[in-house]
Amino acid sequence: MSASIATSETVEEEAVRPENRAWKKLKTNRSALFGFVIVIFFIGIAAAAPILPIADPAATSWTAVRKAPSAAHWLGTDEIGRDILSRMIWGAQASLLAGVVSVLIAVCVGVPFGLISGYFGGWIDQTISRVTDALLATPFLILAIALAAFLGPSLTNAMIAIGLSAMPIFVRLTRGQVLAVKTEDYVEGARAVGLTHFAIMARYILPNVFAPVLVQATLTVATAIIAEASLSFLGLGQQPPAPSWGSMLNVAKNFMTQAPWMAWWPGAAIFLVVLGFNLLGDGLRDALDPRES
Amino acid sequence: MSLPTAKKIIETRAVTKRFPGKKTLFGTASFVSAVNEVSLEIRRGETFSIVGESGCGKSTLARLLVRLLHPSDGAVLYEGNDISTLSETDMRRLRKDLQFVFQDPFSSLNPRMTVGALIEEPMKVHTRLTRAERRRKVAELLGKVGLRAAFANRYPHEFSGGQRQRIGIARALASGPKVIVGDEPVSALDVSVQAQVINLLEDLKAEFDLTLILIAHDLAVIRHMSDRIAVMYLGEVVELAGNDDLFDRPLHPYTRALMRAIPIASPHGRSMNATLTGDVPSPLDPPSGCRFHPRCPHATDLCVSEKPVLGQAGGDRTVACHHWKEIADTAESAVREPPRSDTAAKRFALFRERSQQQEPTTAGNI
Repeated sequence: MSASIATSETVEEEAVRPENRAWKKLKTNRSALFGFVIVIFFIGIAAAAPILPIADPAATSWTAVRKAPSAAHWLGTDEIGRDILSRMIWGAQASLLAGVVSVLIAVCVGVPFGLISGYFGGWIDQTISRVTDALLATPFLILAIALAAFLGPSLTNAMIAIGLSAMPIFVRLTRGQVLAVKTEDYVEGARAVGLTHFAIMARYILPNVFAPVLVQATLTVATAIIAEASLSFLGLGQQPPAPSWGSMLNVAKNFMTQAPWMAWWPGAAIFLVVLGFNLLGDGLRDALDPRES
Repeated sequence: MSLPTAKKIIETRAVTKRFPGKKTLFGTASFVSAVNEVSLEIRRGETFSIVGESGCGKSTLARLLVRLLHPSDGAVLYEGNDISTLSETDMRRLRKDLQFVFQDPFSSLNPRMTVGALIEEPMKVHTRLTRAERRRKVAELLGKVGLRAAFANRYPHEFSGGQRQRIGIARALASGPKVIVGDEPVSALDVSVQAQVINLLEDLKAEFDLTLILIAHDLAVIRHMSDRIAVMYLGEVVELAGNDDLFDRPLHPYTRALMRAIPIASPHGRSMNATLTGDVPSPLDPPSGCRFHPRCPHATDLCVSEKPVLGQAGGDRTVACHHWKEIADTAESAVREPPRSDTAAKRFALFRERSQQQEPTTAGNI
């Protein structure tokens, strides 16, 4: 039987280490690569904002209020004559940070709690689950606003507030997945080998529950970018006049008929970034699963 | 007949496992005794089998033996020490000696780890081998279970059931255990592959000086491998005897019924006698007295009122039945395969002749 399995193409593959295999799979996945390019592009322009030859994002001009895209202002101007291209590029920083950092906070806090809750069960689970339920009972934005107001107005605090508000979803999602995986024989097998609880959670449970968490995380990036806009609108996020896509979109909605381009660009940018993260996340999920070929 | 401690490697003393049954508002109303006061002694170096039908508690007992489950009552002794009172840390250390092979090879290996990592893991936990030494040992173990060393970089899903079970066995061997408990290690496999895995276990047992504890419901497997056999019914051991004794002269009525249920590969040997009627009673509410009495053809009033204890039945065997003596005297001896008819004998002879003429085809080593 071994003879039939060890065909020539698998022999070459045997030298490949598992990490390389995941990377190789990611590289051959076109949609994941596309997502990767989008994300890198936005990160690139956000990082390069200070050295790009663009106008001051805060400079107003009474002669160029709500002008449509032109040679002077490629993406047009906003309600007080600021260059939208410049604000888009500078705003990428705030929006990407708000999207990614807050989701990272949510994942890094939520997933361990979910793991512990699902794995140990009993009163630990009861406590964590009830607190999670209570947090989920409060509307996401209200909770974020309350936390941001409590922490004080700044982009950093907004990210923390959004991250903590998004956390309960990850606790609950992870816990549910853990409950399913925990009953698998291989978890009992890990105990039979003599592994510690920590090792079992890290090597046996976490890798097997991470796929849905990754998908949820990429989707939450969008929610977080919008939430940052709402906080900015209330003066709790990015402090004006510094731009963020969310706050630009927020202002643009008042001028939808007179100056629709004000909404186009931030809207499209948020759409693209979320799409990029989503494709990348899906690709990562498949690449990390050894069962997907 | 307690053995000296040096000879017995694992001992259970009235070990009991209760699982909570129905829950009501005011706590748990009922318990299921999956394993009820089982006392066993497992000797160093033997192959000990536990047999019984589905739901009789044999898997629970297997898990109790290596403390994958905690006993509700009683004690499990390994090398004379009670493992049910050990701390988590001490128990983890002890797992070097006690390994477990699972029934389902498709769910018992972590799909996210390579075969090499899976086999290496027990060494990381229990030994001080260097990375290179561990790698070498992984290759060696893969060879021992009949797989190629190059498979170490593959993932479990790339293998067949029999191969995965070999991986599971290699993993169990990696820490250098003294006891391996197999919870129906071959029942999920094809019959042809079963034989290979069984032979592998036997070879490894001899090579690594193991004590094997096998849980099974397949009597053919048990007959082939075991030194001693415990028969379980509804959470209790009803008979314990050496392999030949049990198969040639089963004493307990339940064991007799089990033996009679073995299919005989001859139409003349089949009897129409009903073996057992009824279902296994609910362990939530076990019958009074002898737990087997509602299904036993020999049951008397005594069986209803009084519970038989596991008692000596001559030689090296024990049985828990009030009437085993009478039953043994009256009933015919155990099933025996009847002689083949003339035509069948001819066919077999012919077949043997033909197969010797041909070059035996070498089956791979899966």
